[in-house]
Amino acid sequence: MTDTEARLSRIRGSVPARNHDARTIAALTSNPGCARRAIMDAAGIDKPRLASCAGFPAPFGQSQFAIARGNAFEAQVKANGCAELLRLLRDQLGLPMPEVSYDDLEEVGGNPSRELRHARTRGLLARAAASGVDAGTLFDHPLLRLEVGGRPVYLEPDLIAFRLHGRFHVVEMKSFAVIDGQADGDKVAAAATQSAVYVLALREMLADLGAGPDAVAHDVFLICPENFSNRPTATVLDVRKQLTVVRRQLSRLARIDSLMAQLPADLSFDLDLDPSGVPRRPPADVAAAVRSVQARYAPECLASCEMCFFCRDEARGSTSALGRAVRDDLGGVEYVATVLRLAREPGVPPAEQAEAAELLRAAARLRREALVEAI
Amino acid sequence: MSTLTSLARAEAVERGIAQPVCTVRHVHIADRPLVFVPLAMAGEAGAPLAAMVGDDPRSPRLLAVAQPRNRDQRFAFAAGLAAVLLRYIEGFLTGQETVPGGRGREARTRFPDAPQILVPNRAATGFTRLLGRSTRFRRTEGEYAVLPAVPLLGRWLTFLAERAEYPGSSLLLAATDALSRHWATGQSPVEDLNLAALLGWIDPPEGLTGPQAAAAAEDPLTWPPAGPATDPTFDNEVLGRLIAACDRAEAGDDRARQRARSALEDALTSQLMPTWGLMWQAAGLLRGLPPGAHVATRWAADKDAFTWYAEQLRDGGPPQPRRDTAVSAARRLARLERVQAACGAQRAFDDPLVMAEHRLAGEAFAGRVVAAEPGRQDCSGTRRKLRPHITVETADPVLMEPGTVLTSPGRPRQQARIVSVSVTAGRPSRVLLELSGGMGRGLTAAPGSVPEPGEVTCYATFSDGFQPIPAFPDPADTPWTHGGPPPQYVPADEDAREEWS
Repeated sequence: MTDTEARLSRIRGSVPARNHDARTIAALTSNPGCARRAIMDAAGIDKPRLASCAGFPAPFGQSQFAIARGNAFEAQVKANGCAELLRLLRDQLGLPMPEVSYDDLEEVGGNPSRELRHARTRGLLARAAASGVDAGTLFDHPLLRLEVGGRPVYLEPDLIAFRLHGRFHVVEMKSFAVIDGQADGDKVAAAATQSAVYVLALREMLADLGAGPDAVAHDVFLICPENFSNRPTATVLDVRKQLTVVRRQLSRLARIDSLMAQLPADLSFDLDLDPSGVPRRPPADVAAAVRSVQARYAPECLASCEMCFFCRDEARGSTSALGRAVRDDLGGVEYVATVLRLAREPGVPPAEQAEAAELLRAAARLRREALVEAI
Repeated sequence: MSTLTSLARAEAVERGIAQPVCTVRHVHIADRPLVFVPLAMAGEAGAPLAAMVGDDPRSPRLLAVAQPRNRDQRFAFAAGLAAVLLRYIEGFLTGQETVPGGRGREARTRFPDAPQILVPNRAATGFTRLLGRSTRFRRTEGEYAVLPAVPLLGRWLTFLAERAEYPGSSLLLAATDALSRHWATGQSPVEDLNLAALLGWIDPPEGLTGPQAAAAAEDPLTWPPAGPATDPTFDNEVLGRLIAACDRAEAGDDRARQRARSALEDALTSQLMPTWGLMWQAAGLLRGLPPGAHVATRWAADKDAFTWYAEQLRDGGPPQPRRDTAVSAARRLARLERVQAACGAQRAFDDPLVMAEHRLAGEAFAGRVVAAEPGRQDCSGTRRKLRPHITVETADPVLMEPGTVLTSPGRPRQQARIVSVSVTAGRPSRVLLELSGGMGRGLTAAPGSVPEPGEVTCYATFSDGFQPIPAFPDPADTPWTHGGPPPQYVPADEDAREEWS
């Protein structure tokens, strides 16, 4: 174990490390400047649990209906050796389809251990990559591995790695609908980022085996329900941009040492769980530990990070709690109180705030004038 | 968003209550709007779960689907919604008013009023569009027949959702949009999307501050989400059980079915009722603001659009296509851009607080007239022209170049060209303007048409004046670069049969 790993494990304490999945790794790219989040993610902290212990439970939940629909859709696409999927790739994307075989990597002789499954995925993909045979093969439930903050993380994608003409393609299934050729932009963006994580993990695995990055295509096949039906439709997504973003963020996490150097030496997010899993550490103490790592809260966190309510509460009174655009509009001044003071009090502002003060005073004058005029 | 509205947010934080960012109302609020609060089934595309709808705050109508995955029940829901919505719309298909002609246009008639649908948020507008899309192509005879009201509902919903894209249109209004255009809260725009939290800041209940009311509004138990997405905890702990009970009761007798169904309806009512109340509160707050001068102009455009579409339907026109053709897309885009520019200018001309944003951005200035030559004439050409000069002193930053043509809200038909700007550090700027137009026909300006010394005026680089519509080819002449002439719409079996599951 390296020093970094030892340190991260101390920070995590006795709570088991939380597994990353493509969703959480993709979420790492949404607020790259946040040290709190980087440390927690690198250490594999169970953020939902930590947030509740600190008194700010996360606002997220998933409806059973959404889960059921997602599972049903996936089962339908994968039924009968992915018959439906093959039809789509052949008819809609015009891929030349030779005989295609199907390998499910979910279990290895009834043994679900991750190490074993990963080894099997690796072995099978290695064999496929080495064979010059141009047969199409679908690999379902491959177990991939990616380094996150110096720690190997297993990824269990609901995906299929599809090998055709010597290249692997990632096939991603999502249950949001494509209606008349259009889908929700945010959902497509999220799917693209998640797929990029898989492409990256596949590439790393194959690179280990001596294959070049070309071995995995940056074009991802996205399978979604069409219009209002359950019928699937296929779209090709180019994820080159997302790959760059994910890679950059992961390399930043790899340099977690420099972030940790600034933290108190005895920092720990241990919750001191009792044998039944109930935390014994006092909430105020947990909150104090969280506060010792700097966060960079933005309202966008409310959609993606489990710590969001904690950080929002902490950020009260700052302009960034009102949104980045608002903060920029207000000349980048950090606190609401400072903004109002600069806008109202005559006096000479400090040099670094002179420009902001001028803007804010002009705005305050115009606002006052217009409101008086209206009365 | 601008420094001015952001400053209003900062003030809202300090005072614990939302601050106005407009001095007048910029949307039309009907005397009798129809409130529509839809709920969708999680995970499905445009699958209705329930809706609360009506034009009387005291008698909301609940529409519920006992098994949202059942196609027949979905169409029954659509028919139920059609009964309420179409009756409301048909109430506006009577009477007529005459619009005088002008500028080469003939006089025409239109309906004297138009329907107004209020939904909680933009997501509900999107749901309205999806519901329109999934119903407007259905057929009323043959296989897969549905009630005639269903495709008609689909066309009206599509029309309303498309019209909602036009800036300044009030036929289909999202409450959170309309409210946050008039008030700045002490929270972020992301949090303003929560209707209950937004109203908590604007109009907190007795004894609570804005932030306290907004915090309370985030508890989904007291303030269920305003939809169309439901609270996942409600789905998992209540809804799932009740839908399963309805499924089981299908096998039983009428009494059992009725019992299961009313349990489901009670639960859905509890989710919808709070939002129903908020919607009427929002309508009341907006109605309480004095309307801007151009609100009636924009509502007239809405009445025109409503009349036009009613005629399309009467003449048996086809349903709106799935995708715009090249020509209609270009036309729509041009129209949207023109409406956007005109609406922006109108809002600024109607409202000094909106104009202040433009003044801060250097697109307008205001100040006192310090000198005027109302009788000045331009003798350089073959004919003498009346071209008065005025000098305006302003504390606003003047970034415009000499030669720029400006318009004043007080005299929208008059042009003012900047002759020169003199800036002295620490003193107000002086702007010399040459006026033309809007002063009568002679060589002497009509009384009151030229600002007099002492008058406070405002000049802007934009105006709400008429902009010519660019010419577009006939759809039949679509060039091959844009796919050639589009095929004629022929109702197909596939449209009527389309799954909705």
